Amino acid sequence: MNWVDDWALSLGTFLPAVGAAVLMFMPARSEKLVKAVGTLFAFLALVAGVVVLARFDFSNAGALQLQVNESWVPQINARYHIGIDGISLPLFVLSLLVSFLCTIYMWWHIPEPGKPKAFFALVLLLETGMTGCFVALDLILFFTFWELVLVPMYFMIGIWGGPRRAYAAVKFFLYTLFGSLFMLLGFLALYFTSDPRTFDMIELTRQGFGGSSELFQNLVFLGLFLGFAIKVPMWPFHTWLPDAHTEAPTVGSVLLAAIMLKMGTYGFIRISLPILPDAAITFAPAIGILAVIAIIYGALCCLAQTDLKRMIAFSSVGHMGFVMLGIATLTDIGINGAIFGMVAHGLITGMLFFLAGSIHERFHTRDIPALGGILQQMPKFGSLLVYSAIASLGLPGLAGFWGEMLALLGSYNPHPELNETLFRVLMVGGGIGTVLTAGYFMWMLQRVILGKVPDKFASGHGIFDVVRLEWYAWAPLLILIIAAGLYPKLVLGVTDGAVQTLLGALG
Amino acid sequence: MFLSQHGEAVFEPGLIGHIAWLVPLLPFLAFFVILFFGKRLPDKGHSVGIGAVAIALVISLLSFIELAGGRGDIEKSWTWFEFSDILELEFGMKLDFLTAVMFVVVCTISLLVQIYSTGYMHGDSRYTWFYAVLSMFTSSMLFLVIANNLMQMFVGWEGVGICSYFLIGHFWEEKENSSAAIKAFITTRIGDVGFLFGIFALFALAHTFNITELNLAAEEGEIGGTALTVAALLLFLGAVGKSAQFPLHVWLPDAMAGPTPVSALIHAATMVVAGIYLVARMFVLFEHAGAALDVVAIVAGITMLIAAVLALVQDDIKKVLAYSTISQLGYMMAALGVGAYTASIFHLFTHAFFKALLFLGAGSLIHAVHSNNMSDMGGLRKYMPHTYKTFLIGSLALGGIFPFAGFWSKDEIVGEALRASSEGTQAAALFVLVAALLTAFLTALYMTRVCVKTFWGEYRGHGHPHESPGSMVTPLWVLALATCVVGFLGLPVVGPFLDWIFIPGEEHPGFSTSYNIVLPVASVGIAGSAIWLGWQLFYKERWKFDVLKGPFAWTYRFVANKYYLDDIYLGAIVKPIQYPLAKAANWFNQHVLDGVVNGTAAGTIASSRVTYAVIDQGVIDFAVNGAAGLTGVSGGLLRHVQTGNIQRYAAVLFASAALFVAALAFF
Repeated sequence: MNWVDDWALSLGTFLPAVGAAVLMFMPARSEKLVKAVGTLFAFLALVAGVVVLARFDFSNAGALQLQVNESWVPQINARYHIGIDGISLPLFVLSLLVSFLCTIYMWWHIPEPGKPKAFFALVLLLETGMTGCFVALDLILFFTFWELVLVPMYFMIGIWGGPRRAYAAVKFFLYTLFGSLFMLLGFLALYFTSDPRTFDMIELTRQGFGGSSELFQNLVFLGLFLGFAIKVPMWPFHTWLPDAHTEAPTVGSVLLAAIMLKMGTYGFIRISLPILPDAAITFAPAIGILAVIAIIYGALCCLAQTDLKRMIAFSSVGHMGFVMLGIATLTDIGINGAIFGMVAHGLITGMLFFLAGSIHERFHTRDIPALGGILQQMPKFGSLLVYSAIASLGLPGLAGFWGEMLALLGSYNPHPELNETLFRVLMVGGGIGTVLTAGYFMWMLQRVILGKVPDKFASGHGIFDVVRLEWYAWAPLLILIIAAGLYPKLVLGVTDGAVQTLLGALG
Repeated sequence: MFLSQHGEAVFEPGLIGHIAWLVPLLPFLAFFVILFFGKRLPDKGHSVGIGAVAIALVISLLSFIELAGGRGDIEKSWTWFEFSDILELEFGMKLDFLTAVMFVVVCTISLLVQIYSTGYMHGDSRYTWFYAVLSMFTSSMLFLVIANNLMQMFVGWEGVGICSYFLIGHFWEEKENSSAAIKAFITTRIGDVGFLFGIFALFALAHTFNITELNLAAEEGEIGGTALTVAALLLFLGAVGKSAQFPLHVWLPDAMAGPTPVSALIHAATMVVAGIYLVARMFVLFEHAGAALDVVAIVAGITMLIAAVLALVQDDIKKVLAYSTISQLGYMMAALGVGAYTASIFHLFTHAFFKALLFLGAGSLIHAVHSNNMSDMGGLRKYMPHTYKTFLIGSLALGGIFPFAGFWSKDEIVGEALRASSEGTQAAALFVLVAALLTAFLTALYMTRVCVKTFWGEYRGHGHPHESPGSMVTPLWVLALATCVVGFLGLPVVGPFLDWIFIPGEEHPGFSTSYNIVLPVASVGIAGSAIWLGWQLFYKERWKFDVLKGPFAWTYRFVANKYYLDDIYLGAIVKPIQYPLAKAANWFNQHVLDGVVNGTAAGTIASSRVTYAVIDQGVIDFAVNGAAGLTGVSGGLLRHVQTGNIQRYAAVLFASAALFVAALAFF
């Protein structure tokens, strides 16, 4: 089985890109064939993901497994080093799953101006970039995947987006690029300080930078922080997100929310924390404060939104705030909660964006005050929105709860070197945030789902309940939301060991 | 793991140890069966729900019998998830008499409500969904009752909350109904956050969520001090929300927007008593948590009084009952506050029967006259004899008249408060005693008012009222019978309830062992005089006066406006957050934060233009063009792309990426 172990991760990562390349050489005329080939490659990548699951040794989830470490750019000692452990496994599989579900959804709908060939190719390329980020163990490799993600998303927003697509696309691209330049500087600083010089995350962690000056560690951490924080996005670096989400086509929003944002939080956990543990302790209070501001501020902004997609985008700011709060506690409980939160947010918010997109297809508007009575016209569709919304507001029994609960529990007793009082205040702030979150979701449901059907839509023309392709694309998410909610060990059982290993670096 | 009260493993699990978990599980499964297959069933799914809860009731009774047969408590658990050695969350069951009593109450009321609903909800457009949620509601409550740890309890607790949201907002076509549902959910969630933080605080103190271990740790002094007091008060905040105690009681009267059977369920069994249960479950911990129990007593005393006063001025019959529930919950909570553990649970037990009876009776009235308002009723005694008789029994029980259920349990609470207030400096107990006596008077008074306005006088509504169908009347009589009987279970000194429910770890039963005849005579006297007064006031209308005029008109307005609490919450908290604050945050986002971003971009472009035009016309400055050019280039790209030739750009992209990799590899 050695061959499988060597290739499973690479196949999962690169099959979509191969698919994109294949699509390039196909005639655009046969749309069905294009769609079939695109979906096939996403499916094959998912199969590779399942193989990874099968070959993964869950009893040793703390260790990096299925590693491949080959020479790549010997001049700078950048290596093709990939591997997976309990932290990256859930995110890796989630990326492959959500991307595949997006390709299914694309059978039913691709927005103007159509062009399925280009659209599929971009989604597949995006998939490679995202999954690559979660397996890369070399900073240059990580950076390559990280930047690779920007391009297809830029085109997806720019071509298939809403009325303000040009602005949103450029803003997304430049803002993220701005952050990643500082991140790259941080990587280079690590490289030049290491001895022997290396970009390997594991090697850098082993070497440690405790001997370097505190200023150096803090500056490097800050550089990485900018790159990651913009991607998460943390308050106040989040303003590209609502625009990107509002304008992006449905699957773009889904992939952005479900996976791409996690690249930022994952970066903190995989790179910043283990390589620069002392700086992490220094910056943790600030990160915690920004996280709680994001939670409350995001909720308040949600209350003010009238565009459904924009509201969900701001809800992401709040939910990622919980993830960052969990990370900032630097505790076993908090970081496990953060990873759980990432997965849960991926499932739930991905689902919410699917629904928002499908509402737009039916009503040609996402304006909350203009909608109403959806539960009357489309009982199944309305129920799914209710389900996803109450999952998102953190109802126990559904996935949204455990991540938030563990992040808050972690804040009650943060890392011993952190200020306990501060983190308890942050916990209370997060608690207020959960009430506000329930408030805006229920208010949204009241206006969109409940009540009477507005006269404008009373004819029911063009309005139909959930279609079969939507069921196919959504069912796995719906099932996983309740499965992870009832049996959180599904995720926590995998992450625990790896978080232990990680925290070993923090002492 | 089978643990006794004090943690030693002793008892064999027996039959119920193996099947008790079916009690919450059956309605849980029924939810999914009804949800997915209900519409295809000939009865639209109701017999699935009824069947599940009926079996659950049988198991509940079996566990009761087995416990009564001398079996010790059972605790059994599995690991839900764990983090190495830092945190273990159990998924377990704790079965003692308290659990069994709650099981019986919840299953009985749920069963009767579901049978009653086959008539009441007949023809409803969301009949199947209604039954599905009723099952989930019941299951969530049973799940929190069986929990052996606080986190599991919290999960059930929140499940109860969301189901109440669905049921209260069942008629969501009308906005006020969905608003009531939201109000219930959000108000209780404020308490829930407190509950959650209380769990965290206890976890930090004792490193466990386990209820038995936490109580034991408090009893043996392993945990204590201010931290424990704070933790207990945080737990109590959860109870204040769920059990509608002052000042978070405001959601309960609005919750009447739900169908009447739901109100019966919420008020008698599946929701509001959860808070009482929580404090009772953690009672030993509360006892050792400094002044926590005094706070409980005072909050509960205030609650029972203010709610009883409010019940006096309502026209909507369901609102009267809603406020009476708040008031009676105040009794139960106050009983816990003064240490009358047994009396509290006994009152919870009896109240479940007569309150469900009253609500279902009110539902029968509303069903007949198509109005909630007592001003549309009157003289119904002649038209609806069964409803009349059963409702009267319920009213007498609530009013505390011998020998109905409410008399026995309320009397115990008053007696315990008296005992507690005479032992040392128990100011809180004295307050509870006074409040309890006043409330007893008010309760009999407002129930007299309700009965007079609905059953006596002339019919003031429209159409011809008629008695409800058998599916509705039968549960009424079952509950009426129970109301007459259950009080005797807790007869002073000899009642079997004393052997079942007593403070864990304490030897002697909770009721006074000696019985003082003066107190019951006095309390019946109080209730009797209130009924006499009510009869004079509302039937004979002996002293005619206009409440809107005269020197005390402001008191009436104060009460009629619910002490302005709703206005304060809405005006000072909800609306400011919903509108100005949210709008301000959004404005800040769009203009300040985003202004910085857009300003930076605009600044970069402008400065690059200046650099290009003024400083250097001919030479290419890489840095400036890099920053400014990107914006222009991307815009240009988009223009081209929209003309249709994406393929070329993707190809270029691939080529350049390939070149980049190749270049890195070769140099």
